[in-house]
Amino acid sequence: MNTETDTPLLRVSGLTKRFGAHSACCDVGFEIFPGEVLCIVGESGSGKTTLLKCISAQLQPDHGSVEFDTRDQGLADIYRLSEPMRRMLARTDWGFVFQNPRDGLRAGVSAGANVAERLMAVGARHYANIRHEASGWMQKVELDARRIDDLPDTFSGGMQQRLQIARNLITRPRLVFMDEPTAGLDVSVQARLLDLLRGLAADLGLAAVIVTHDLAVARLLAQRMMVMRGGSVVESGLTDQVLDDPQHPYTQLLVSSVIQA
Amino acid sequence: MKPDDPGPTGYNFAYLDEQTKRMIRRALLKAVAIPGYQVPFGSREMPLPFGWGTGGIQVTAAVIGKNDVLKVIDQGSDDTTNAVNIRRFFARTAGIATTERTTDATIIQTRHRIPETPLAAGQIIVFQVPEPEPMRRLEAREAETRKMHALEEYGLIRVKLYEDITRHGHIATTYDYPVMVNDRMLMAPSPIPKFDNPKLDRNPALMLFGAGREKRIYAVPPYTKVRSLDFDDHPFEIQKWNQCCAQCGATDSFLDEVITDDRGGRMFVCSDSDYCRQRLAAGQRAPADQPDSAAASVQAAT
Repeated sequence: MNTETDTPLLRVSGLTKRFGAHSACCDVGFEIFPGEVLCIVGESGSGKTTLLKCISAQLQPDHGSVEFDTRDQGLADIYRLSEPMRRMLARTDWGFVFQNPRDGLRAGVSAGANVAERLMAVGARHYANIRHEASGWMQKVELDARRIDDLPDTFSGGMQQRLQIARNLITRPRLVFMDEPTAGLDVSVQARLLDLLRGLAADLGLAAVIVTHDLAVARLLAQRMMVMRGGSVVESGLTDQVLDDPQHPYTQLLVSSVIQA
Repeated sequence: MKPDDPGPTGYNFAYLDEQTKRMIRRALLKAVAIPGYQVPFGSREMPLPFGWGTGGIQVTAAVIGKNDVLKVIDQGSDDTTNAVNIRRFFARTAGIATTERTTDATIIQTRHRIPETPLAAGQIIVFQVPEPEPMRRLEAREAETRKMHALEEYGLIRVKLYEDITRHGHIATTYDYPVMVNDRMLMAPSPIPKFDNPKLDRNPALMLFGAGREKRIYAVPPYTKVRSLDFDDHPFEIQKWNQCCAQCGATDSFLDEVITDDRGGRMFVCSDSDYCRQRLAAGQRAPADQPDSAAASVQAAT
């Protein structure tokens, strides 16, 4: 982990989001530093995904601020940035990995076009170079580069997820948001994907916010974790500390309910 | 223009009522002010089905005046059903003069072609547009494509070109080839062949585009820069043929393949019927040693 800098990559404070009378996120605050992986765990309906949407500029919170360390302005509230800047951030400095690869991929175009889309969005205009880079990234996520012209539909679920990751990493983002990246995959595929993600995060110095209900994902990938329940953070800290010595009753319940194989 | 005497047809001048024409003219002014920008307008029911030129016909009705001379072409030809009917429609409802000669026309309504004869300053060319949004097949949400235009986010259209090269080895889009207008706005040039794309660039005529079903109007003002998109290593190219027109011998025009019998016989002739006719009138003929057209084939640009 890179701890040389004092400026967090992302700083969230007092974030609250209500849907009518129901409070989906209540006074959430945390910081992420470059190269750090944070897992948000909690049961269904605990506000994890709402929080992820709020901090990735997809859903405006009612209160609180989300600041990102932009390249030219330093820490800036993402909801005060102009929309062009925010969208620029979203396709260069950020990545989004969805639970369902169909949400993150274009089914109508080949794997290579999917991987290279962001590259073309930031101005790449040389076909051979674009293609070369796309196939390089397919190899990095352990996909067969010979399948560069196949449609995403012809890939398996785990491979589609890798494709989605390659598509996001091609512009070398600094922060990646992942919503249940391994849900819906079988256990062995999950393990390989987690291994890959861990390797990439370490190699690229990637910071990530990962939403999951799977404590194993948190254990393997995250340096720090946050436990959410009913829209509030009930416990947060170093992953091993939270998992090995849970303080809050809910966290204790969560840890004790993991089925040991 | 003041409301006119309805005349024997019982319709207002050029069919549309004056308020509708004003509404369309307002949209046109905005379209000309922002080259390539799609201006929404209240498209009316026209006495022909969507897809047959309702957008073009409304734009023509809004700009046509008593002294205008109208030419209507469909696939380059003046005597196809669509062209004949639209020409007759305006001859009846507006009582204006019509022509088949490109140089004589002040307004040219077209589907699928730009005339081979260079247009002159002062002429207006009206395109019939089925799908004004060049990115529609990649992004179905109108709100999203409008935002992409507003913020000049045109990575997506590259994905389409990339996919073309990947599947076919070259950019296989041959019509409705996307263009960048005035270095700012991505635009669908309507389904003209890419052969005609270079004619859009810095054309002295005013080019108006009407999409009736999609309720959009856009424009390219005279002498505006229009660039066809491409990749650095796959530059834009137009179609080429390895023979000339079988009638007039033109080597610089867009050729249609015409089946001449049911034993595989075929010939290639100018798609622009007026251009071919003018050349024939000037005594131009196809050379006698023209390669056998049955054996010749269309060679797509690679």
